[in-house]
Amino acid sequence: MSKVDNSTEPLLAVTDLKVTFNTRGTTPVRAVDGVSFSVRAGETLGVVGESGSGKSVTSLAILGLLPERGVQVEGSITFDGAELLTSSEREMQAVRGRRVAMVFQDPMSSLNPVLTIGRQLTEVLRRHHVCHKAEAPGRAAALLDRVGIPEARRRLDNYPHQLSGGMRQRVMIAMALACEPAVLIADEPTTALDVTIQAQVLELLRELVAQSNTALILITHDLGVVAGMCDRVHVMYSGRIVESGERHPLFAQPRHHYTRGLLASVPRLDLVGGKLTPISGSPRDVIDWADGCAFAPRCPAVTESCLGTPPALEPLDDTFVRCVNPAPLGQSMWKAD
Amino acid sequence: MLTVRDLRVHFPIYEGVIFDRQVGAVRAVDGVDLDIADGQTLGLVGESGCGKSTVGKAIVRLVPITTGTVVFDDIELSKLEGAELRKARRHVQMIFQDPYSSLNPRQNVGSTIAEPIKTHSLRQGAAVGQRVLELLDAVGLPRGAAHRYPHEFSGGQRQRIGIARALAAEPSLIVADEPVSALDVSIQAQVINLMEELQQNLGLTYLMISHDLAVVHHIADAVAVMYLGGIVELAPADRLYTEPLHPYTLALMSAVPVPDPVVEDRRQRTVLQGDLPSPANPPSGCRFRTRCPFVQARCAEEQPVLREVRPGHKVACHFAEELAEQRVSVR
Repeated sequence: MSKVDNSTEPLLAVTDLKVTFNTRGTTPVRAVDGVSFSVRAGETLGVVGESGSGKSVTSLAILGLLPERGVQVEGSITFDGAELLTSSEREMQAVRGRRVAMVFQDPMSSLNPVLTIGRQLTEVLRRHHVCHKAEAPGRAAALLDRVGIPEARRRLDNYPHQLSGGMRQRVMIAMALACEPAVLIADEPTTALDVTIQAQVLELLRELVAQSNTALILITHDLGVVAGMCDRVHVMYSGRIVESGERHPLFAQPRHHYTRGLLASVPRLDLVGGKLTPISGSPRDVIDWADGCAFAPRCPAVTESCLGTPPALEPLDDTFVRCVNPAPLGQSMWKAD
Repeated sequence: MLTVRDLRVHFPIYEGVIFDRQVGAVRAVDGVDLDIADGQTLGLVGESGCGKSTVGKAIVRLVPITTGTVVFDDIELSKLEGAELRKARRHVQMIFQDPYSSLNPRQNVGSTIAEPIKTHSLRQGAAVGQRVLELLDAVGLPRGAAHRYPHEFSGGQRQRIGIARALAAEPSLIVADEPVSALDVSIQAQVINLMEELQQNLGLTYLMISHDLAVVHHIADAVAVMYLGGIVELAPADRLYTEPLHPYTLALMSAVPVPDPVVEDRRQRTVLQGDLPSPANPPSGCRFRTRCPFVQARCAEEQPVLREVRPGHKVACHFAEELAEQRVSVR
């Protein structure tokens, strides 16, 4: 965990981001519905949510990777003071990959299968004019070495299929680091990997944040990964942040019933027995935020006041909670510790 | 009672332009012994490529067994062929990982569940439909689901359909291959609880195959840890999780993140170096030696056997006792 200087300006700030997908013949779908957050240099921010919560769409919107047709993006995304949403494609290209980089979930489909690792790495370096053509292979090898790939020189001639899943994800991270970005967005970086390999990749990300003062946005569904990595955590549900705060108060005393439900439904390796308490229904059972709390149909503490007006994200003790009827303080999540 | 002895599943590798000749074999499963008592759950954990799914498939005879025996309730499954095998399969059913690809999209749910009932002639005429409704009740799906198609259901509901289909044959053993790993976190607990309930009500025996140690810890009575085709540790669940003795199990446990920052901050991590070696060309001696933090000269020469180090606790490591003295626990 890094020391974050709270006095500095945020590096990347997302304000009231809304992303709407318009499909012909159906009602528009709002995948992200008013999300705001910011990250400072050296900070690790966790964004947690299940499939359909809008966490990946948020990261694609930051990098301007959403298709133009049929997608409406509103709100504001500023990086280093400059607005990204209104910037031209040319301006965006100067930022994307160079100052704000991304590591995707599936390392197999994000690498080009017919080009060597070396070719793909040097392409990034050349594209962003990081170094001269002659130096590029040396730089590429140094990058592979930095992410812990043995025999880096020889690996440059390998094709993606010759590498294991963990190695490929390291290559993806090496590519993202090629331009020493100020912000690194990692979207489910370890979901496709085995636990021992996941531990290696997370360790690598931890080192990077500590050494280069990079701001890391870690998007995941895994509460365990977030608990050990992130300074601050945002929990998303159905396109909105429902709870956010520093990881310690958030995990010790979750106030939103969705966060509590998530924690109660995962079996813990260090606690024995007990029946799991699942969240009833499925993430499909949502109501529109305009009609009240989207989590209301699945919420164990639903009241009449949950419907009608949408709840706002309001400060409550140490965290921010979007709930009219939050869980009281002092109710511990765990049966034992 | 399921008894597996010296199970080996080798997939041949062929090479040649005109005439294929065998140049080697992928030793997916290489000498596995397992026992599951009636009504118990054995968890089989390991990382991808360790052969855990192949063990499951070999037990229900979905892959050819190279050598070894699988005996369930005095029937030697590994010997049976043809009609006899089909008859015996009724007792051993499987739940698959991916609820999206394991259901026929063009067959409605009622017909999917009725198929095993008809195949094994368990009910006749109208009783088949009645049984389908009972099964839908048992797995917590609405009765109206019988007339609908898989695409109308969410992942968790599809997995319930898969469970109902497995139950339709009235099995006593269920091999569940990663039954919850494709599901959302909030849905996983629903399916795990359902499986536990069914076990209590129907007296089922489970072989639970999973990469998720926490899920297995929750549901299993005993746990076997697999690495590169072999079992490295086998113990009652409580014992394995409080006192893991094999270095691989230790590393595996320390790698599982716990959703509690307090625990995360003070735990010691053993981060393994490198990747899983190829099962076509496994290392000499101990299979784990290339990644083991405690490797010694003896490990390359002699393959450790799975031996009882503590009562009921078997470990395949030459130095299990020495490691136990200075062990690192999950906390």
